[in-house]
Amino acid sequence: MAYKHYVLVCGGTGCESSKADDIFNNLKAEVANAGLENDVQVVKTGCFGFCEKGPIVKVLPEDAFYVEVKPEDAEEIVKETLVKGRIVKRLAYADESGKTSAIPEEIGFYQKQMRIVLRNCGLIDPEKIDEYIARDGYAALEKVLFEMTPDEVIEEMKISGLRGRGGAGFPTWMKWNFTKQVESDVKYIVCNADEGDPGAYMDRSTLEGDPHSILEAMAIAGYAVGAQQGFIYIRAEYPLAIKRLEIAMAQAREYGLLGQNILGSNFSFDIEIRLGAGAFVCGEETALLASIEGKRGMPTPKPPFPAVCGLWKKPTVINNVETWANVPVIITKGGKWFASIGTEKSSGTKVFALTGKIKNSGLVEVPMGTTLREIVYDIGGGIKGGKAFKAVQTGGPSGGVITAKMIDTPIDFDNLIAAGSMMGSGGMIVMDEDDCIIDVAKFYQEFCVEESCGKCSPCRIGTRKLYDILTKISEGKGTMQDLDQLKEIGEAMKRAALCGLGQTAPNPVLSSLHYFYDEYLEHIQDKKCRAGKCKKLITYTINDNCRGCTLCARKCPVNCISGEVRQKHTIDATKCIKCGECMKNCKFDAIEKK
Amino acid sequence: MAKLTLEELRKMREAGKKQIDTRQTHGKEIFVVIGMGTCGIAAGAKSVLNAFIAKLDEKGITDAVVKQTGCMGLCHSEPTVEIKMPGMPDTIYGKVDAALVDQLIDEHILGKKLVSGHIIDRPAGDIMK
Ligand SMILES: Cc1cc2nc3c(=O)[nH]c(=O)nc-3n(C[C@H](O)[C@H](O)[C@H](O)COP(=O)(O)O)c2cc1C
Ligand code: FES
Repeated sequence: MAYKHYVLVCGGTGCESSKADDIFNNLKAEVANAGLENDVQVVKTGCFGFCEKGPIVKVLPEDAFYVEVKPEDAEEIVKETLVKGRIVKRLAYADESGKTSAIPEEIGFYQKQMRIVLRNCGLIDPEKIDEYIARDGYAALEKVLFEMTPDEVIEEMKISGLRGRGGAGFPTWMKWNFTKQVESDVKYIVCNADEGDPGAYMDRSTLEGDPHSILEAMAIAGYAVGAQQGFIYIRAEYPLAIKRLEIAMAQAREYGLLGQNILGSNFSFDIEIRLGAGAFVCGEETALLASIEGKRGMPTPKPPFPAVCGLWKKPTVINNVETWANVPVIITKGGKWFASIGTEKSSGTKVFALTGKIKNSGLVEVPMGTTLREIVYDIGGGIKGGKAFKAVQTGGPSGGVITAKMIDTPIDFDNLIAAGSMMGSGGMIVMDEDDCIIDVAKFYQEFCVEESCGKCSPCRIGTRKLYDILTKISEGKGTMQDLDQLKEIGEAMKRAALCGLGQTAPNPVLSSLHYFYDEYLEHIQDKKCRAGKCKKLITYTINDNCRGCTLCARKCPVNCISGEVRQKHTIDATKCIKCGECMKNCKFDAIEKK
Repeated sequence: MAKLTLEELRKMREAGKKQIDTRQTHGKEIFVVIGMGTCGIAAGAKSVLNAFIAKLDEKGITDAVVKQTGCMGLCHSEPTVEIKMPGMPDTIYGKVDAALVDQLIDEHILGKKLVSGHIIDRPAGDIMK
């Protein structure tokens, strides 16, 4: 026997601490009072990601979404919604425009996410082409082959306003159009699945969850520009994505959706996979193409652009995985539909990999123009452990920080660039008060030092210089001239480096310097690291809480703690390596970090 | 399978759509869909999948099919499992382990009750609908 209604009470830590337990118990009692035990089940759920408006209660199948519920509201929810089938308007979530979840056709609108790229991820079996087909898969390819001219395809892409999701945000239709206009017997389509920046895994998940969408999109582009061969460049570190792509390609060939005369038309197109060894610079398009050609993955100056002179000097369309995943939907639902989502200059959605000090880490896909506050607090559930929000790094090693001040800025390509960051591929690393901004900048700079291909000196020497100066500052040896040097070197790299790696490598430094100048000053003038991350700037001491239990002395890996049993111990600061083991183990709060 | 003609592809799509709606693939009624992206697998999705197959078999439940899917994006709650069956709302459970598998089969599938504490809200509506 199944129930008629289900009442879901959020049992996430955010809501739990604000009386979700009492609400749960009251709801159960009220259901019993009304004699509905056999019709209604009250259960606890995991976090809705909406902790800011918690506690949350949701009623199924009505889909009533109640926010900021109090224990005393239980009676009304039961009497109104469960007995009479009416929504309690007072508790229903309303967005800024005053729409409430009481409007039935707006079901689910409280959800800030919209899944275009991830439309099939988590819904279909990625290893079964039939399931992709059943969700309008290959309907876009069918449409372009039998109902549209190549020019109409490009026009549809233009109307959609789709911009490249690989970082730079270049209009996709323009690339396609350049390639289309070049006369050439051979042209190529390439999918950039190198995805190498720390903290990003959107492309991998898309390929793992919906490989056919990429194949279909590449074939569509092939038709539009007149290419017959595609390559997917993917790092060998992504074995599951590779396996699923291979399965998908074999199935598509079997069905005649790849190969000669697709669906009986006179269009032929096939795709091959090329594995990358995992160098960040190979994500840069000219280096990537060199790598496919079997050469060392190093960038070449642009122009000529790949669209005109790319793989084996032939016109080549190269797009990012997420860019590709949007294409079939644009064709089936129309460019106009797509353009209506997001902001005027950045249409559609963006997938972000939300990681760091966030309660609910994961992949989120939101319309462009969503604010950082909505992503962090309404989807991500806020900062872990109730700490204070400090900043978010977007764009990985090529991007910069967005601070608390900008938390209400709508996120799109142009706003991020104006803020000194960039969209990048969509990594979003959340920092809290325990993160040191210099430490973070140093981390990214170290990454760039290692990943610089060494071909041009602004990048090879510049990244090393920036890293050395940051290290010096983090050790309390920085001077005010160092700050000027950071800026000078950074600006020079932006202008002189050969490829995007070197041109954007100074971004994390320059943006943190701009927004957290006072923290740099503290490190230099006061020799202090407020987050307690820069080891050279902190000291551990033992206070009077010490009972002389000797635990810390036994845990210390370098034996720098001494003292008699039952006497206060002391730390020899000259030997201490600041590992924090003593503090972690002390049961009496006797260790202080300054 | 030979290469498809346009006609055949269209037929297949329509037939597939009906199957999704009525959920009658292979004549099964109950679907257990497990998130098998890299993050899900890293969190133990494979052993959850095996546990479901073994336990369903053990309990003699023959009208259920266990399937895999990609990542739902709920990395904080992996492994995730969605159960779809007649008479119950489609439900996503997070942080599923072998012990919970038992409970999901006994309470959700056989008892037709939701299992408290592990339910997760679907993150977004379906644009394909
Ligand atoms: C150092 C560096 C690394 C890059 N890594 C990637 C990557 O991993 N994936 C990607 O799609 N684009 C990457 N790009 C951007 C590509 O050069 C190129 O702009 C992109 O593939 C174009 O596709 P889109 O127009 O669809 O964005 C990188 C660029 C630079 C400079
Ligand atoms: S804990 Fe309830 S919404 Fe997050």
